[in-house]
Amino acid sequence: MAVETQDFDVTGRSSALNDPRVRAVLYQVAIVVAVVGLGWYLVNNTITNLQNQQIATGFGFLEREAGFEVSEGLIEYSAADTYGRALMVGFLNTIKVAVIGVILATILGTVVGVARLSSNWLVAKLASVYVEGLRNIPLLLQLFFWYAVITVSLPGPRQAMNPIEGVFLSNRGLMFPIPESHPVFPFAGIAVIVGVIAAVFLDRWAVKRQALTGEQFPVFSAAAGLIVGLPVLVWLFGGAPTALDMPALRGFNFRGGLTLSPEFAALLFGLTLYTASFIAEIVRGGILAVPHGQSEASEALGLKRSWTLRLVILPQALRIIIPPTTSQYLNLTKNSSLAIAIGYPDLVAVGNTTINQTGQAIEAISIFMAVYLILSLLISVFMNWYNKKIALVER
Amino acid sequence: MNLKNVLAAGAMVTVAGAALPAFAGPTLDAIKDRGTLLCGVSTGLAGFSNPDSEGSWSGLDVDVCKAIAASVLGDADAIQFTPLTAQQRFTALQSGEVDILSRNTTWTLTRDTSLGLNFAGVTFYDGQGFMVPKALGVSSALELDGAAVCVQPGTTTELNLSDFFRANGMSFDPVVIESLDEVNAAYFAGRCDVYTTDASGLASIRASVAPNPDDHIILPEIISKEPLGPVVRHGDDEWLDVVKWTVYALIEGEEKGINSANVDEMLNSTDPTVQRLLGTTPGMGENLGLAEEWAYNAIKQVGNYGEIFDRNVGPSTSLKLERGVNDLWSRGGLMYAMPAR
Repeated sequence: MAVETQDFDVTGRSSALNDPRVRAVLYQVAIVVAVVGLGWYLVNNTITNLQNQQIATGFGFLEREAGFEVSEGLIEYSAADTYGRALMVGFLNTIKVAVIGVILATILGTVVGVARLSSNWLVAKLASVYVEGLRNIPLLLQLFFWYAVITVSLPGPRQAMNPIEGVFLSNRGLMFPIPESHPVFPFAGIAVIVGVIAAVFLDRWAVKRQALTGEQFPVFSAAAGLIVGLPVLVWLFGGAPTALDMPALRGFNFRGGLTLSPEFAALLFGLTLYTASFIAEIVRGGILAVPHGQSEASEALGLKRSWTLRLVILPQALRIIIPPTTSQYLNLTKNSSLAIAIGYPDLVAVGNTTINQTGQAIEAISIFMAVYLILSLLISVFMNWYNKKIALVER
Repeated sequence: MNLKNVLAAGAMVTVAGAALPAFAGPTLDAIKDRGTLLCGVSTGLAGFSNPDSEGSWSGLDVDVCKAIAASVLGDADAIQFTPLTAQQRFTALQSGEVDILSRNTTWTLTRDTSLGLNFAGVTFYDGQGFMVPKALGVSSALELDGAAVCVQPGTTTELNLSDFFRANGMSFDPVVIESLDEVNAAYFAGRCDVYTTDASGLASIRASVAPNPDDHIILPEIISKEPLGPVVRHGDDEWLDVVKWTVYALIEGEEKGINSANVDEMLNSTDPTVQRLLGTTPGMGENLGLAEEWAYNAIKQVGNYGEIFDRNVGPSTSLKLERGVNDLWSRGGLMYAMPAR
């Protein structure tokens, strides 16, 4: 009596498709081919359409003369420079507002988050109102609001407010004097960096010393002394130049000194206040997640409330706070592209003008995507490293 | 889900996707199939393309689109208007979101070539000017060194502005805001000293947006040529001809004394040019791929060029613009229709 068996035919007469491993490989190959084919089709279709309509392609436009002015930038730029340089100006403006915004939003968000947990009823309620209010209004509207407030409520340049000699506030911006350029200042800048590094080493030494002997060292004041004192020393050695570049009303507007434009101010306020409201909630959540026993124990040991917060609660809360805060930093960086609505020349604003003048939307948008992707990846990498560094090492 | 079904569905989607025509199809056929003309206009410029409180559009650019809809579809209202900012307008046209851009757009070499667009004639010859508050005490554009200038991005205005200041050795602070409403608000709030755009745009904004129009003057210097006209995509000669000749028909109608009131009587005219134009003598419509009443419909439903001008931007409107260079060539202006024969 022969018994029919359906499984594993060693003679190999059964179709190879019945073997699950072969099938798995075949499906994966088919999917890869399909995805690559789709990608190739899309690219080919785009190029064909662009050629049919004789729209220019390629990145050669980056070397052509731009022809438009940009209102502010960290590097020299004029209308006779190339599109590439204009995009670089926009990129630096984006970085400027993103870095300052991230720092301010973190500080403000932490303060508001902790304030919301305060036992002082008024402080806690004010913080709540701030968070709930600003979280729920779209950012674009907040930007328009700040820009309108600044341009409408401030006087024109000829009636500018002049609280201190050399400082002017008008709807063209905040002008203040800066020291005139002098060879000692780059050295002073280096001195600041040296001071920061010295402060870091000082802090490490103080922690080691406290672990060994229990004595505390006033690190904060010493570090402040280093970071401020070293550049001042350098400045003194350089001859203590005090010449100031003062803003003065010449013709239509102020010339000289440093200007903080209303566009930059409105964008910074809007982004900072909006993102800080989210960071406040994240900080509050992180602090609440630390078991209450921790603060009780630390208070039982006699630590002040502020020391408890700084030395016991926050280090544990940070593990919970950092990943969502990374997202908020990324959001702030990408939201800075709303600058075009209020006239701040960030990367997207300058790039949009470029698209319009050259017609090369695809190349310019791929530049935007690449830049924002790289910025976001850099922020994530840094924050992930920091997160790992302060993670609790479980035994 | 059975994997075979998934793969089959995927294959069908890919085939269907590949069967969609790569975008270069005849625009005229698409419009006739759809029954509506997709017209790109501005976000609101009085006299050129402006929505009223009920959302119906009026203006010189809007009337040009209406004339084209009348000549192609027989109905001047078979249009869908898409408001576009200066930054979006070319991408919207290139991608096929609109069939025609009638949005006070200047005809330049770069736009005609590397942007893949064709300009179908000029409906308004303009030039760029400056508007300043009278309180500044400025009487000429050459006194504007160091001023803050409000301008919209992505326009020839921006480029001409920096060329003018460079050529005259002056400098300025640009205040570059995309939305027209916001740029108006910034100028009237005093954020900038000077507003620059086409002179017709300045007249329109001063008349319609300024809290007190008499507080502002338009400086005498016209620093550029800004020929404004409708725009279509490269690669569709048939559609370009339709748009171009509709515009010419409006101008020719004025030259021949045909207007929306007397166009019905003009059908009985013995003038061979009028007969060819209005379709009494057939042939012109067929050449364009349109019905023989193409020009008749356009003039009857919208009016000739003179009527369109007077109704939207003429001396009796709030813009108070004279015909000037926009008059017929026979009266010393630049409006010249090619012969319809």
